[in-house]
Amino acid sequence: MRKTMFAAALLAATMLAGTASAKTLVYCSEASPANFDPGTTTGGNDFDASSRTVYSRLVEFKHGSTELEPGLAEKWEISEDGKTYTFHLRKGVKFQTTDYFTPTRDLNADDVVFSFERQFDKNNVWNGDKYLPNLTWDYYTGMDMPKYVAKWEKVDDLTVKMTLTEPNAPMLANLGMDFASILSKEYADQLEKEGKMADLSTKPVGTGPFQFVDYQLDAVIRYKANPDYFRGKEKIDDLVFAITPDATARIQKVIAGECDIAAYPNPADIAMLKTNPDINLLEQAGLNIGYMSYNTTIPPLDKAEVRHALNQAIDRDALIKAVYQDAGATPANNLIPPTMWSWNKDVQFDKYDPEAAKKVLEAAGLKEIELWASDASRPYNPSFQRSAELIQADWAKVGVTAKIVNYEWTKYRSEGKKKDRPGAFQIGWTGDNGDPDNFFATLFSCSAIGVSNYSSWCDKDFEDLIQKAKTISDQAERTKLYEEAQVVFAKEAPAFLQAHSQVYNVVRKNVSGYLMDPLGIHRFDGTDKAE
Amino acid sequence: MVRFLLRKIALLLPTLVGITICAFAFVRLLPGDPILAMAGEHGVSPERYAELREHFGYNLPIWQQYVNYVGDALHGNFGVSISSKRPVAEDFATLFPATMELTVFAMLFAAIVGVPAGMIAAIRRGSWADQSLMGTALVGYSMPIFWWGLLLIIFFSGYLGWTPVSGRIGLQYFFPRVTGFMTIDSLISGQKGAFGSAVSHLILPTIVLGTIPLAVIARQTRSAMLEVLGEDYVRTARAKGLSPLRVVGVHALRNAMIPVITTIGLQIGTLLAGAILTETIFSWPGIGKWMVDSIFKRDYVVVQSGLLIIALIVMAVNLLVDVLYALINPRIRQAG
Repeated sequence: MRKTMFAAALLAATMLAGTASAKTLVYCSEASPANFDPGTTTGGNDFDASSRTVYSRLVEFKHGSTELEPGLAEKWEISEDGKTYTFHLRKGVKFQTTDYFTPTRDLNADDVVFSFERQFDKNNVWNGDKYLPNLTWDYYTGMDMPKYVAKWEKVDDLTVKMTLTEPNAPMLANLGMDFASILSKEYADQLEKEGKMADLSTKPVGTGPFQFVDYQLDAVIRYKANPDYFRGKEKIDDLVFAITPDATARIQKVIAGECDIAAYPNPADIAMLKTNPDINLLEQAGLNIGYMSYNTTIPPLDKAEVRHALNQAIDRDALIKAVYQDAGATPANNLIPPTMWSWNKDVQFDKYDPEAAKKVLEAAGLKEIELWASDASRPYNPSFQRSAELIQADWAKVGVTAKIVNYEWTKYRSEGKKKDRPGAFQIGWTGDNGDPDNFFATLFSCSAIGVSNYSSWCDKDFEDLIQKAKTISDQAERTKLYEEAQVVFAKEAPAFLQAHSQVYNVVRKNVSGYLMDPLGIHRFDGTDKAE
Repeated sequence: MVRFLLRKIALLLPTLVGITICAFAFVRLLPGDPILAMAGEHGVSPERYAELREHFGYNLPIWQQYVNYVGDALHGNFGVSISSKRPVAEDFATLFPATMELTVFAMLFAAIVGVPAGMIAAIRRGSWADQSLMGTALVGYSMPIFWWGLLLIIFFSGYLGWTPVSGRIGLQYFFPRVTGFMTIDSLISGQKGAFGSAVSHLILPTIVLGTIPLAVIARQTRSAMLEVLGEDYVRTARAKGLSPLRVVGVHALRNAMIPVITTIGLQIGTLLAGAILTETIFSWPGIGKWMVDSIFKRDYVVVQSGLLIIALIVMAVNLLVDVLYALINPRIRQAG
């Protein structure tokens, strides 16, 4: 009894001492994480709280870029046929020691195999209900991993082999994504033995820069710097996520100094934030695209010149100004944003020319069109409805009457992706892994028709280029193919390309080393704070 | 008394059935689909969609889904959240104290300010004090909570820096949860300044949530007071030469309070509804915010079970009030 009291007093004393001298960084996050297992979740806020803090991956995105660099794998080889990847793990990487787990060994190949196998192997005890009810492994299936990955094998303690069913160049970038975080098999085994499997999702253990301390549901998440982090201990001692769903409250908290960093300010607050002396407003063109898909299978939209004419009829600069307001956006010339490799700088989007458009549309006999809008607000398009109204007005000027079709967001997409959906459908995309394939193939490949190819567009030239680019691993060669694919896209115009929206992070001036991430994630490794 | 209680409970049963039907139907009537909501922009292939529908049991006939839901609830099983995968009952138990704490403070604030305001207005009937108090009450009653909350944050927290913007306690305080009530837990923790921090975090949300009930209570007190002040026994008391304070404070107020207390009881529903918006603005980790999040995620399980639990609590409170009345006033017991 006396011993426990002493321990409690000691704990309280260290906690108090800790609060006095420790350097604490507070991030005002926008939503509560569903849980802390990045394999099972899909939201950006889930990943900020788990994979980017607690975990690391075989390969990592360079801080502030979409380029890949070695992570837990210090090097790797890809076989000639592009189907076998051999990863050599970094030696001596330690899993975090917490009050619920003490590792007895360093990271090894078993952990890597376990981290992936649990996501697809139905025989793995962690794949199903025994771990968590209603598991769907959305990202693993969403990225088509079951189709491409045949198996994971341990070669020796520090070597892992991944075999693919066919060559797939974007695979390496997939392994830098959140769902590919590496968990500790030793910890999983311990939980299984203790009958506390669900704890894997609530008390995470990884090899990342910060380790989990506590989560008060819907309120506060606490981490501390991982003293054994393989890249060295972070400069800040404690990292706190203050969950603040309302954008105005979030920004006021930064202004009041209650938090150091916040994401997603209201567009209306941008101007005020730019003039605030205590705040650095970081901005970047997001890795996203807002666009409007024409159904290219239904006449007269099956003709490229009609689609071009509809594009030309829209005053895009005025549209962007009205829709994105103070937050701003970059007019899109290509499907991929300018920050992404292989972006073709020579491609130009249709110029605003209502006169020319009118002639073509009259000749084609296009008088009425359905124009789809959802009530949702998305990062790449804050208001489909407002966009629709402006486009409707522009089209009216060239003699085309647009009927706005409105649905709630999930119904909107399920109706909109149907092959025979008529008219023009507003939608968009935010990149997952910084690979161009993640835009081109996901949104406009033939196999995506009925899933996420809302134009029902299947163009042989385009398809050949992007499929070929998928199978070769040389980036320079892939770049050429994607550049060419963008020329085809511009010529065929399966969609009206609207804009890449601007993304903001609000950071107090005494914070240094924080970089905006093109993938839209928020990571705090390398961040420091002056008191 | 036992018969009275049994009769009351029997009357609650149809209400309960109605609530389960409403809670079940409500979330399904919302446009949208939990599986598509989960998949995000990626979308799901038709095969995968069918597979997931079967997995979650949404392919079953609607009546069977309902029977399963009620059957599970009767066994005390409120299901597991689709998005967080945690048991609904567990999350509810974690979050409810936060809502409870805020509601209690808001109620106290509304009663402590509302009753005297109503009294003053009644005593000084027609005066400028009456006019301005009742005018303010009308404004308070019509106040949109969201706008009001943000306004207070921007002015008191952002501009003046007097109160914290949001949350339940300063982030430097970190102690184990005992009761879930931050004001109590902060005292138990013994950490210096923790209690003060918890109270300062309560100020703005309490004002925002308490504004509408305050207005209602003030108006109700005024009209009840006016009625009582016109009664014979008050005139008699005055005639006996009692001090005005004694006349109003003892003779009139006691009788005027009966309808006011009823009003206060009825405000519980208003408070729970208001908590949804208040909690969202102030990042208050309670059940209101939880329900809103779940509606947006189309988390059928949380919405239907959460609504049911909340309804059960409101019903229990109402039953308790009925019983208390019956204990105080035997006439109610007989009339039922």
